[in-house]
Amino acid sequence: MDRRDTLKSLLIGGIGSGLILTGCQPSPEEKTLLEKPSENQYGRTEKEKAHDAKLLGEKFFNDHELATIAVLCDLILPATSTAGSATDAGVPEFIEFIVKDITYHQTPIRGGLMWLDNRTNKQFDKNFISCSASQQKQLMDEIAWPDDAKPEVEQGVRFFTQMRNLVLTGYYTTRMGIDDLGYKGNMPNVWDGVPQEVLDKHGVAYDPEWLAKCVDQEKRTTIAQWDDEGNLIS
Amino acid sequence: MQIKESSKVYDVVIVGSGAGGGMATKVLSEAGLKVAVVEAGPYFDPADPAQRTQLKWPWESPRRGASNIRPFGDFDSAYGGWEIDGEPYTSTEGTKFDWFRSHMLGGRTNHWGRISLRFGPKDFKRRSIDGLGDDWPISYEDVKPYYDKVDKLIGVFGTKENIPNEPDGFFLPPPKPRLHELFLIKGAKKVGVTVIPSRLSMLTKRINEDRGVCFYCGQCSRACSVYADFSAGTCLIFPAQKAGGQIDLYVNSMVREVLTNDEGKATGVSYISKDDRKEYELKGKVVVLAASACSSARILLNSKSKQHPGGLGNSSGVIGKYLHDSTGASRAAFIPDLMNRDTYNEDGVGGAHIYFPWWLDNAKLDFPRGYHMEVWGGLGMPSYGFGFNPNDLNEYIGEKVGGYGDQLRKDVKKFYGSVVGISGRGECIAREDNYCEIDPNVVDEYGIPVLRFNYTWSDHERNQAKHMHETFEKIFDAMGGVTLGTRPGKERDYGLATPGRIIHEVGTTRMGNDPKKSATNRYQQLHDVDNVFVVDGGPFVSQADKNPTWTILALSWRTSDHIIDQLKKRNI
Repeated sequence: MDRRDTLKSLLIGGIGSGLILTGCQPSPEEKTLLEKPSENQYGRTEKEKAHDAKLLGEKFFNDHELATIAVLCDLILPATSTAGSATDAGVPEFIEFIVKDITYHQTPIRGGLMWLDNRTNKQFDKNFISCSASQQKQLMDEIAWPDDAKPEVEQGVRFFTQMRNLVLTGYYTTRMGIDDLGYKGNMPNVWDGVPQEVLDKHGVAYDPEWLAKCVDQEKRTTIAQWDDEGNLIS
Repeated sequence: MQIKESSKVYDVVIVGSGAGGGMATKVLSEAGLKVAVVEAGPYFDPADPAQRTQLKWPWESPRRGASNIRPFGDFDSAYGGWEIDGEPYTSTEGTKFDWFRSHMLGGRTNHWGRISLRFGPKDFKRRSIDGLGDDWPISYEDVKPYYDKVDKLIGVFGTKENIPNEPDGFFLPPPKPRLHELFLIKGAKKVGVTVIPSRLSMLTKRINEDRGVCFYCGQCSRACSVYADFSAGTCLIFPAQKAGGQIDLYVNSMVREVLTNDEGKATGVSYISKDDRKEYELKGKVVVLAASACSSARILLNSKSKQHPGGLGNSSGVIGKYLHDSTGASRAAFIPDLMNRDTYNEDGVGGAHIYFPWWLDNAKLDFPRGYHMEVWGGLGMPSYGFGFNPNDLNEYIGEKVGGYGDQLRKDVKKFYGSVVGISGRGECIAREDNYCEIDPNVVDEYGIPVLRFNYTWSDHERNQAKHMHETFEKIFDAMGGVTLGTRPGKERDYGLATPGRIIHEVGTTRMGNDPKKSATNRYQQLHDVDNVFVVDGGPFVSQADKNPTWTILALSWRTSDHIIDQLKKRNI
């Protein structure tokens, strides 16, 4: 069983119901997410490849920490009727990688997870992941709103802010997150200006004089020619 | 260690394969000369699937494109950065210069912003205007024919604007502005700041049969796999090879010094192969340095001999001096009118579709040189960092910051595309006391003595940065925006970026008519050694408020023509 399978099975102990369902039959997207990046997948140099491979072979978080991260992931970004949750998008795996890669995340995240358990142990005599949904929510409400938080939970606020950042960035950099966001690019196309309805919605318009100088996309594949004055004549 | 000599004698040995070296390779090889190109990094072709990053998705990188490995992120096509393992540099106490190097075929042209500007007539004669720095020994009229040729060979979009110090050229048509750029145009016009279509070397229209046309992925920093943007490898060196040029590429080869004979003339270069860590010699009748301003200065300063005790071509003592980078300051703003956007593909070209040239008269200001402005914003592709502090902007619309759950998703969508930024890029005065020199105590992993930098800003640059921030705020206000962050004060040099951060460093082998005050002549030829030329940013006398690449290309072509002429006349 490789590390990723371990990760999947231990999420079952948490709240990863989405993963239980998809764990047996991963969707094609999820399968891609869970696969190790193949060689040359994103134009690496040999040195960069070796760095990635080394990190992917190491384990930073222990099982309990990973299970806690998974619970937090889906409290921060639960599934909606149209989009999967943060664990559906493989965010815990991303967080495991990124703390090994950007190492200043390590101590605040690891320590923050412990802070969380300490807090719930004091309040409910249980680790965070063993708390009921309403107990978890109670703690989240203490630390998720920086402007309202009590001074005594300031460390928790800091931790939660950092965790929320990693969860959101991990989510919105997946296919699932990008589809939910609505980003439509990263593919060959021909840019021919802002759609008229968008211009209207925001109350702006193109200046006809400016527009007259812009590219005529009908002629984009005609080889450029100029007269001696530098006027384009093709 | 035995140094291995090559028996082959080249007509020209070119050190470096970026803009200057690439252009020299093309022009000299097309003239039938036998050329060796010595490049410190590996071969690079953005069309090679093993090296391509274009059109990759963020999740294809396990760090989602974060910038901890490559300084501009995982998908950026520069191998190197401000820090390179095994290749240190130092600085004198109390000063700082960050030196960006990209070791690969094509050098920094693989990732640059493609802002392709001609220097204007005034930019060659600044001392005559404000008494600071020096005039170039050449004028706009000397360079204009070469700018024209570069425009037609490589392709640059733009528009004829008839602005006196922003010369027009042979332009391809520009793309239409994006939504946030229309807001910026409106804001700039309200406060009297000139705004025109950008001038970028990307093919919005076919220019020849060898290169593709832009397909608007907005990723020129990743280097284009259909060669629709300018990189020295794809647009100069590959075509020169294809045309049958006699070009030998020596990659992973770090030049130590220029070799000279008893008469003090150059005979070639020595280099260390990074593959086997052995030292080799290459013989050439002419040596062209194009290793970047500071690397070329380093090579010359390390090329000491009986005839050239202070380094090759350094009888003036000016090599390494007059180093100057563009000034830089940036600011962002939240534009409430850009909230809740409909999404559509607005990747466009890899850079802004609009540009703000310098628009004021320095005689009426408390700083002597101008700056241009670049803008950013829009519905970009998420990468590491997207979603950080997802709803901090709620503060400006009376809603709560923080939280979790579905509300976060709504906030992310609400603010997506509502932040814009402006960066000022200005001219710094070239000063003798801003320099790089050889550090007597430190070598790199190849045993080559390294550079030590000494660089400080003066009030000329500080006052300029202060003015930049005032301008940013005026434009943002006029757009109905909320300027983010506080205006940096004097204690932070008004937000000036650390020297070297804008990566426009030039001036280290400056040209001039007086051999006592300059290293190179009007043809970028060392005064002291007539068969050595420098075709990177080193010979620049002043930087202008413009990106240097188009001028490096034009001057390299001009110098290459001169080399061909001088070889024909047997003068060198």
